[in-house]
Amino acid sequence: MSSDLNPKLPNALDMDAVRAKLAQEDGKRFWQSIDQLAETKEYREFLENEFPHDPEKDKEGINRREVLKLAAASAALAGLSACTKMPTQKIVPYVKPPEEIIPGRPLFYATSMPLAGVAAGLLVESHMGRPTKIEGNREHPGSLGGTDVFSQAATLGLYDPDRSKTVMHDGRISDWASFEVAMGNAKTQLLTGGTGFRILTETVTSPSLAAQVKDLLKQFPGSQWHQYEPCGRDNVREGARLAFGKPVNTVYKLDQADVIVSLDADFITCGPGHVRYTREFSSRRVVDGLDAKLNRLYVVESMTTSTGAVADHRKALRSSDVEAFARELAAAAGIAGAKGAAGASTIPAEWTAAAGKDLAAHRGASLVLVGEEQPPAVHALGHAMNAALGNVGKTVYYTEPLEANPVNGIESLRQLVSDINGGKVQMLLILGGNPVYDAPADFNFGSTLGKVNLRIHSGLYYDETGEYSHWHVPAAHFLEAWGDARAYDGTASVIQPLIQPLYDGHSANEVVASFTKDAGKDGHEIVRDYWMGQRPEKDKAYEAYWETSLHDGVLAGTAFPPISVTARADVAASGSARGSDDIEIVFKPDPSVFDGRFANNGWLQELSKPNTKLTWDNAAMISPRTAQKLGLIDGDYVKLELGGREMKAGIVLVPGHADNSITLHQGYGRRKAGAVGTGPGFNANLIRPSNAPYIASGLKIEKTGEKYYFAVTQHQYAIDQEGHPATSLEADQAVRRDLIRVATLDEYRKDPNFAVIEEEQATKGLSLYPAFKYEGYSWGMSVDLNKCVGCNACVVACQAENNIPVVGKEQVMKGRAMPWIRVDTYFRGDLDAPEMFYEPVLCMHCENAPCEVVCPVGATVHSPEGLNEMVYNRCVGTRYCSNNCPYKVRRFNFMLFSDYTTPSLFGMRNPNVTVRSRGVMEKCTYCVQRINAAKILSEEQNRAVRDGEIVTACQGACPAEAIVFGNIGDKNSRVSKQKANSRNYSLLDDLNTRPRTTYLARVLNPNPEIRG
Amino acid sequence: MSQIFHPATNIIAKVTIFGALIVAGLLGGVAYELEMSPYYTNVNVTHEQPVPFSHKHHAGELGLDCRYCHTTVEKSSFAGVPPTQTCMTCHSQIWTNSSMLEPVRFSYRTDKSIAWTRVNAVPQFVYFDHSIHINKGVGCTTCHGQIAQMPLTYRAQTLYMSFCLDCHRQPEKYVRPRSEVFNPNYVAPANQLELGKQLVAEYKIQDTRHLQTCSTCHR
Repeated sequence: MSSDLNPKLPNALDMDAVRAKLAQEDGKRFWQSIDQLAETKEYREFLENEFPHDPEKDKEGINRREVLKLAAASAALAGLSACTKMPTQKIVPYVKPPEEIIPGRPLFYATSMPLAGVAAGLLVESHMGRPTKIEGNREHPGSLGGTDVFSQAATLGLYDPDRSKTVMHDGRISDWASFEVAMGNAKTQLLTGGTGFRILTETVTSPSLAAQVKDLLKQFPGSQWHQYEPCGRDNVREGARLAFGKPVNTVYKLDQADVIVSLDADFITCGPGHVRYTREFSSRRVVDGLDAKLNRLYVVESMTTSTGAVADHRKALRSSDVEAFARELAAAAGIAGAKGAAGASTIPAEWTAAAGKDLAAHRGASLVLVGEEQPPAVHALGHAMNAALGNVGKTVYYTEPLEANPVNGIESLRQLVSDINGGKVQMLLILGGNPVYDAPADFNFGSTLGKVNLRIHSGLYYDETGEYSHWHVPAAHFLEAWGDARAYDGTASVIQPLIQPLYDGHSANEVVASFTKDAGKDGHEIVRDYWMGQRPEKDKAYEAYWETSLHDGVLAGTAFPPISVTARADVAASGSARGSDDIEIVFKPDPSVFDGRFANNGWLQELSKPNTKLTWDNAAMISPRTAQKLGLIDGDYVKLELGGREMKAGIVLVPGHADNSITLHQGYGRRKAGAVGTGPGFNANLIRPSNAPYIASGLKIEKTGEKYYFAVTQHQYAIDQEGHPATSLEADQAVRRDLIRVATLDEYRKDPNFAVIEEEQATKGLSLYPAFKYEGYSWGMSVDLNKCVGCNACVVACQAENNIPVVGKEQVMKGRAMPWIRVDTYFRGDLDAPEMFYEPVLCMHCENAPCEVVCPVGATVHSPEGLNEMVYNRCVGTRYCSNNCPYKVRRFNFMLFSDYTTPSLFGMRNPNVTVRSRGVMEKCTYCVQRINAAKILSEEQNRAVRDGEIVTACQGACPAEAIVFGNIGDKNSRVSKQKANSRNYSLLDDLNTRPRTTYLARVLNPNPEIRG
Repeated sequence: MSQIFHPATNIIAKVTIFGALIVAGLLGGVAYELEMSPYYTNVNVTHEQPVPFSHKHHAGELGLDCRYCHTTVEKSSFAGVPPTQTCMTCHSQIWTNSSMLEPVRFSYRTDKSIAWTRVNAVPQFVYFDHSIHINKGVGCTTCHGQIAQMPLTYRAQTLYMSFCLDCHRQPEKYVRPRSEVFNPNYVAPANQLELGKQLVAEYKIQDTRHLQTCSTCHR
């Protein structure tokens, strides 16, 4: 990192002092970062100022004379700027208008996004042929209307200016026609006696593509199909094979489970069906009366994930110790066959016993989930436990595998590598994926690849693998190609293009077709014809079926039926027995960029990762205690050595991380990803071994003495909750206004109004200004903290909907990131095993808004419907408003952050929201463009806006349905009802700002038998 | 002690002070005139178009309804500029050899759009919606002027914010019965204010506080 950033110097915080302080506070204090506990100078600065970085510091090299000159010039020009003559514009109408398109009105089409092969159903907003915004597809079983960060960011992925734009041949620009000719020749060669044709794909669930590939293999004797996925589900498959003797797909029904135990499984962030699972999980966290029945979630994991944060009980445990714990748990639940020594894991026996008892007490309504990184034995144990607990058929069922050809990816790639080395491969077609970057280190895939005579790569980017290939063919993005893929339960989902390929891209179906009898067929024909062959309906009936499928986004009746399998009860211990004191390293998919495929997506790079709030990098995540033991501090640049390979990475301390364990997310340290993705972070694949691709032990850490500067937003928006300075601890506690309010279910039953604090109510209603009278609508929002899982989907959805710019790492470090909604993370209790809580914070749209009264130019004003409006054209950038905002939700364009020059990005923008320029304040508008659209529609239809008709971008994206928006003037609206809940509270209520965004306090459902 | 200032200084001072005020005022006036001049506002200025389309002929003399070409005006924010196909509905039958219409036929033959020069436009930070205005009884000619008498189309109003606010503050001054919205020859009755008030109530036009709030047009 360059040194002109003025970043905080990583400083050695006194961890023992921090621990002592927390111990003194009885574990009741909420905190946001270690810096806050240590009261570092940097934290103070962020607490006291919204934008502590002095913009004057940016103007190095400007002297007084220049400033005067500029001042005079700008004064002279300022008057003239208002007189800009509007440029002459052209209107270019259609020659023959397409059906359905009404210029100015969006259309929505159903499609699906495949991620690691598994489809998530989407509904995409299209403005005159330009896809601009992704919503969830309510008809799709994998979505139910919810989305995740990856699909929300897909529009930027589509319009990414760094995408590969042309066919490349030997590093030179070529075209599709030449490619087809070359492939024709290669095919002839292969057919006349050649062998050694191989295809390497990512996980394929697409029935049409699989059929094509199988066809292709038949044509060429000796050809083979390999599949590899860096963040693959090999262990899941092997675990199923171990338990049932064959690979099966596991489908959970979380809404049916009263007690859930997650063994290192982050079912909220990724994996098949995670959006659906989030919805199901949150549907069981509703508290609207004393008789509320909540589910209970136990999580044992090494890294702090979203799943861990929403757990009722969470224990940090090294990933390699999870097997020992699983055996203990099985024993505690009274399940025979799971042999294991008690006390092998570091989890207290009474905790395990209580969890086991709870599981046993909820036979048929409990569930054990196992993380994808865990070894096969743990998966088999999980299956055995679910079977023994009578959960099969109730909270979990099994189907045929989603993959068209379920293979072990690592082994499949290993075989390919050895075949290449053995000279058996003459031609290799790489369909998607980037194995040169993400293959395990010991495969040396880059240099191995060089031994193949003809290498063809199809991908979205001319990346590390593209560079190593003779032919590179730009792939079509899923928003511009036809295709199909299976959802988590087997439902075949249609991938329907929203736009013609921007850069002559070709879908995998089309590339494979160029080798088969289907050559020349377009993607649409291939997919439609495939399904015509599969379906009983013929001709006209099929046309109708196909039309319906396109409309719904799913091919009806294709979900896999449950199959009956028997799990073996005795699972032999695997080799992953608990290592002594050695340090393990866990390779996980990154919560933002996944396996690196989204590395060039600025929205995802700038997203604050759950819990760590790290942006623009991955890091060697380590627990404070282990860091202390190794003499490491935040920001140390260390050498990681594993099995003789080494790499360097920065250290980030993660409260709640398991000891003696390091988590290193994949997907970073890309060498050739594009302007955004090349550079940031550290490439985990440099040390990732193929024999332990997810959890490896024997890691050595060595300090280099260098520092690495991370852009962490953890306390950048710290809200001053201490109010006036207190002199004693008691006084401090009396005046502290906790921004996050939590109770256990028992506490809630005793005092349903626990979230309301009497002292805060004293000032309510007092105002120097006359009360504002509302006629008609009065908008408001309610956020249920009991449902929020901190997945960040709302943040990216807001960014896409409201044309929010990306600012870059340097600016993020200065506290200038632009998101209108953020998910604050609070910790409570012990530094080493804290509880975690999420709180999405957006503009409160205060009734007595402190920002409105200080604006000298009336750029932020109150609307008659209660919105706190931001008028960009009036704003002169004094920043008084953000200075006066106690919630720190206002964002300022310190520079020209919006991209005004890259043409491909113009198509991505929401045409109904102004693109803000430099020097302008902005903030959440409650999606006023959607409010206005709904109001106009309702008035034209001579009716009132219906409850639920207006869905804000964050609300629409939320997989957990935590956000409700509507008219609070109507007592029967959903939002009014939610605000009437006794858990309702506002942030900083005693300031009498009277926010319209309020929160429902969180209610935990802990096991009474477990203390602490 | 002698006088420091010459007696003429008084005059000079007065002339300078008042002169500066006058000059400033004049400059302001010039700037205002410039701002309101057709040079900036484009009011009454015709532009060169690929085809010299006459609203006077089509809407006035032939009496075509506005919506025959501007099909989406009741449904969308954008009124819609007709596709070439719409022109060809008639011009494949009449004036088929007119050289003036060659660009239309060329467009239809080659599937290339006609690029019209935009006449009426608001800045990009203004989100104007045709459909709701039509629905609430704002006639076409209120903003677009005597379109049925324009041989070549020009902007009739400045479309400045003051122009919009004029109606948003007092819609009763301009609102007409829905049946008259597309009548290019509509003349406001003598009792416009009275009728307007009645229509504002009947069409449930929002109160002026709502109409004037910033986010009604800016977001």
